[in-house]
Amino acid sequence: MHTVLKIILQRLALGLITLLIVSVVIFVAVNMLPGDFAQAILGQGATEESVAAIRRDLGLDQPLVTRYFGWLAGVVQGDFGSSFASANAASFSGTSSGVTTVAQQIAPRFANTMFLAAVTAAFAVPLAVGLGVLAALYRNSVFDRAANIFTLTSISSPEFFLAYVLILFLAVLNPIFPSLSNIYDGMAFSERLNKSMLPALVLTLVVTAHMMRMTRAAIINLLASPYIEMARLKGMSPMRVIVKHALPNALAPIINVVALNLAYLITGVVVVEVVFVYPGIGQLFVDSVKTRDIPVVQACCMIFAAAYILLNLTADIMSILSNPRLRHPK
Amino acid sequence: MILWIVATLVGMGALAWTFRFAGQQVTGQTPKFRDMPFGVAYGYIVAVLVLGWLVWAYIQGRSSDPAIANKFFFLRIGIEGFIIFAIAAWLFRTAGRAVGTVWSRKMFRDMPLTASFGVMIILIYAILAIFAGLLAPYGQEQIIPGVAANITPGGDPALGGNPDFPLGTDQIGRDILSRLIYGAQNTVGIAFATTLLAFFLGGTFGFLAATFGGWLDQILSRLVDVLMAIPSLIFALLLMTIASVWAPQLGIPLTVFMVLIIAVIDSTRVFRLSRAVGQNIVVMDYIEAAKLRGEGFGYIIFKEILPNATAPLLAEFGLRFCFVFLTIAALSFLGVGIQPPLADWGTMVRDLGGFVNYAQFAPLAATAPLLAAGAIALLTVAVNFVVDWMLYKSSGLKE
Amino acid sequence: MTEPLLKMRGVEIEGRSDETWNPIINGVDLTLQRGEVLGLIGESGAGKSTMGLAAMGYTRDGVRISGGSVEFDGIDLLTASAAVKRDLLGKRIAYVAQSAAASFNPAHRLIDQHVEAPMQHGVMDRSESEEDGMELYRKLRLPNPDEIGFRYPHQVSGGQLQRAMTAMAMSCRPDLIIFDEPTTALDVTTQIEVLSAIRDIVTQFRTAAIYITHDLAVVAQMSDRIKVLLKGDEVETSDTRTMLDAPTQEYTKSLWAVRSFERPKKPAIATGAVPLVSIKNVDASYGTAKVLHDVSFDMHAGRTVAVVGESGSGKSTTARCITGLLPPTAGQILLEGETLPANYKKRSKDQLRQVQMIYQMADTALNPRMSIGQIIARPVQFYLGLTGAEKRKRVDQLLEQIELEPTEYYNRLPSELSGGQKQRIGIARALAAEPKFIICDEVTSALDQLVAEGILRLLADLQDDLGLTYMFITHDLATVRAIADEVVVMKDGRVVEQGPKAEMFKPPHHAYTDLLLSSVPEMDPDWLTNLLEERGVDNIGDAAVGKM
Repeated sequence: MHTVLKIILQRLALGLITLLIVSVVIFVAVNMLPGDFAQAILGQGATEESVAAIRRDLGLDQPLVTRYFGWLAGVVQGDFGSSFASANAASFSGTSSGVTTVAQQIAPRFANTMFLAAVTAAFAVPLAVGLGVLAALYRNSVFDRAANIFTLTSISSPEFFLAYVLILFLAVLNPIFPSLSNIYDGMAFSERLNKSMLPALVLTLVVTAHMMRMTRAAIINLLASPYIEMARLKGMSPMRVIVKHALPNALAPIINVVALNLAYLITGVVVVEVVFVYPGIGQLFVDSVKTRDIPVVQACCMIFAAAYILLNLTADIMSILSNPRLRHPK
Repeated sequence: MILWIVATLVGMGALAWTFRFAGQQVTGQTPKFRDMPFGVAYGYIVAVLVLGWLVWAYIQGRSSDPAIANKFFFLRIGIEGFIIFAIAAWLFRTAGRAVGTVWSRKMFRDMPLTASFGVMIILIYAILAIFAGLLAPYGQEQIIPGVAANITPGGDPALGGNPDFPLGTDQIGRDILSRLIYGAQNTVGIAFATTLLAFFLGGTFGFLAATFGGWLDQILSRLVDVLMAIPSLIFALLLMTIASVWAPQLGIPLTVFMVLIIAVIDSTRVFRLSRAVGQNIVVMDYIEAAKLRGEGFGYIIFKEILPNATAPLLAEFGLRFCFVFLTIAALSFLGVGIQPPLADWGTMVRDLGGFVNYAQFAPLAATAPLLAAGAIALLTVAVNFVVDWMLYKSSGLKE
Repeated sequence: MTEPLLKMRGVEIEGRSDETWNPIINGVDLTLQRGEVLGLIGESGAGKSTMGLAAMGYTRDGVRISGGSVEFDGIDLLTASAAVKRDLLGKRIAYVAQSAAASFNPAHRLIDQHVEAPMQHGVMDRSESEEDGMELYRKLRLPNPDEIGFRYPHQVSGGQLQRAMTAMAMSCRPDLIIFDEPTTALDVTTQIEVLSAIRDIVTQFRTAAIYITHDLAVVAQMSDRIKVLLKGDEVETSDTRTMLDAPTQEYTKSLWAVRSFERPKKPAIATGAVPLVSIKNVDASYGTAKVLHDVSFDMHAGRTVAVVGESGSGKSTTARCITGLLPPTAGQILLEGETLPANYKKRSKDQLRQVQMIYQMADTALNPRMSIGQIIARPVQFYLGLTGAEKRKRVDQLLEQIELEPTEYYNRLPSELSGGQKQRIGIARALAAEPKFIICDEVTSALDQLVAEGILRLLADLQDDLGLTYMFITHDLATVRAIADEVVVMKDGRVVEQGPKAEMFKPPHHAYTDLLLSSVPEMDPDWLTNLLEERGVDNIGDAAVGKM
């Protein structure tokens, strides 16, 4: 176990370092903006004094490195600073109590997005793994070929195309689910589920296609190994070959596939939330990009990147854990 | 509801069992039925039911009652489209086998239908993109005088359409059909240029890293690792925010920034692949033989490595193109991609998306946004089909 | 005579490639009595493995049995239902695969895989079967038989895994075992242990077996009868001694004759002659791992020096030091008495030209995107500066030297050539530089015996014509016997022994050389028996090898 632990700790450290460097990249990218934030917040007509006041408030008069560490220290404590849009409003009303922090803005939306991702995963993972295994078992059959064409099509289609097709069939022509996902706090679970159904289905389509293809490839690769042939030649039943011989070895690649595709969800979520006006973090991100609300953009980027790195790390660690060569060293 | 689903599944199971049992009895225990797993029998039943439902839906779509016909209109179009495309692809392949050089005939001979469909679609898009100016009835930015804005697609005057504008006009009176055709030029053209740039960057550095190795490889690889740790669409959006501030100050169109940003982000993926391909080739004995002969660096890269890397790189080019194309479409759809007045499919989907809600009473009206979105999907599907076949072929040759 | 255990009649097998079915086996008969061992031999592509699997009523994906019958103990395997076949496999017919490392499931311990067949087929319960497994491990002379089963496959060495797999095949005491090249992937000294273990246990339980191999000497030790296959057709079948002493078919005779190729002895080296290439006290390491320790030997002009050793002995590393790909950490390489720069990048064009190399895998040694003409023309132009018609003339001349028709082969790609032809192109490319010294790295080990012999003869003729010097790296002592003038034996990065070939094949010599030489199977069917008697059965275990 000792070596495994060492490798996992190494991977964790590596993930942490990557995240740190990513935070530098994001911070530096944002600071490449021309002019300065204070000017951007207050607009062209601001007086010298008010610009200077905002600069002091936001700490913009500090050098870049100091600002980075200040920002990083905040991020670690869950404080992403205050949103420009709200700072702007506050400066007009002359109070500072009206300033909402980025964290306050993000928190509920983050929860919404996590809900959407969870619903998607609940549909997609069993469906994709099941279909992928079936396609691998009956490969080159009609089912496999049809599945191949179907998954290729849904991978190739832009998310908004799938979204409009689903809206067309499931909301307009057959009003089963609502086409707008106006989620709010204190909503009953079943209603919430109903309203998130269409975005979840779109994401499911995309993610399932990817996951299923990768599962199929992993299982085919596995079924071609000599030890599977050996099990068959020992007269084991097809069921036993799958459960006893293929599955323990398939677990690692499948977990890997699942984690990688959940990471893929992150990109998909942005477009889908916009189509369905789903109040999640992706929607907030796009809105902030349009209004150039830098602190929010920065914070959303960090959250997306962190989730992405975390999921990739999980995939990595899972495949290490399930490798018998590492679990049982010589 | 749940009870119904369970009952259906059980019923189908019973049908499957009967089907297999009947097959065993009728054919006198031939191995086909005797050794048929239950799952396979079940699959046959599901396939028959799905096919039956599709035929039923198609007949509904041809119903004389407009309420029912409208409801199944899109399914009908979908089924007809599928069959027409399949026949067209088959005809295209047959034609390809009959004419052309020995090489192209051989290529068409062992091509599956999906791949010939892909090649056909790519050709059509290429023609559309090159001759957009000749094919489109109006200019992409032309606001036609004396024609109202917001003409409903479908060309039916009763619903606010105009037969001269089969797909209607947009909110400021531009012909949507023309913009759709120009979209091929803009969207596909820009995506193609971006992919070329990404390949130039990623390919060059990838092969350099593979051949030189050492610190150069280390630095480039770590850099790429970091860039790849940020999801690409998110990173693109972040950089586009910054670019959108810079662009007016520098007087450079935002679209140029977009091409650069996506090319750089995408070149990381190209780098990974070309480095891996390069490393696989570099360890070959013929490279060692060339080194020991005393050959220079240029000879080794251009004569020994590159010719052997073209096949995987070409397949990757197709995949990368799809990815770039979809990223640009997504950015445009979100409003930060290709900028007006250039006609672009992603932007059109966003602008026309509301028409989908008319589908129930005026199905044709809903086609405009779906056509724009479908145009994107069709091309990426086509490219993916071709790439899938190329990958299958190259993996088959190795075995 | 009783009813045979296995009866295959007119078996036809086809394989799918490029959407069509191509024949692999064209109507071969095979009969096997109870307790009999049949050797199935042939070159690659002869269809031996396919035939062996067909005897179990099994085909791989993309392969089908299209005609004939396979009858095992009165049961027709081709028409039997899946359930009936499953009941036979593992219980009455067992299989031992070529690569034991890949054929054991990495997720389960050896003993768990061992007991699976007896338990599932209802032959024994778990504890009985486990005990029986340990007993079999003991019989197969595995070290720590009571404990080894509780290890995972990756924790056990290749030779031991192969014996564990034989034990697994034995677990239900089957009537028939198919051995599919069980020792091909092993070193010679390990091969002996596995061979003797397999032979003992098969005799002990009077199990019938089909032993598939390409190695004639191995099959001579193992089988009662031999069947020779060529490209899916049977060449001939007879009992082992008859087959070895008096083969009737031309093809079989030519297979046997390969072993008799031997070059005439060359005169002794004049004292005081400057060696063409001299390796002096060379040390080398990969990273921190030291792989060569004080290696020294000389190679004289016009002679062939065979460097022999098992995998990991450092013979290929020595070649890398000579070519300058791996600069030695200590010591020198001398060419005609002059020290060569350690790194090939520092050597002059002429120094590079003098030392050429021929590789083991012709597939990876030739650029698949260049035509044969381009491959050979490059060194001609690069070193000798010939262009246009002169270059073409020289390439044609080289192609003729390697016995390939220039007009026919000039424009072909490597993928359009057979393995032996590719290797000839590799030779021509080396000759094109007009070198004095050529390193041949296992040049024949990937080839079938007949093809390999052709390459050896070609190399010998070229040496006579052009006065070349060869350094011949090989693990195959038959090759050494055929072509070498001097022999260098290496083990664990050290030179163990060196000298003229005649002396090397005569005792007394170093213990390791002795072990290595005596482990090479000979065509004599009694060889293994005699050898085991000589060494004493207890002595052939791992201790004798001293490295496992």
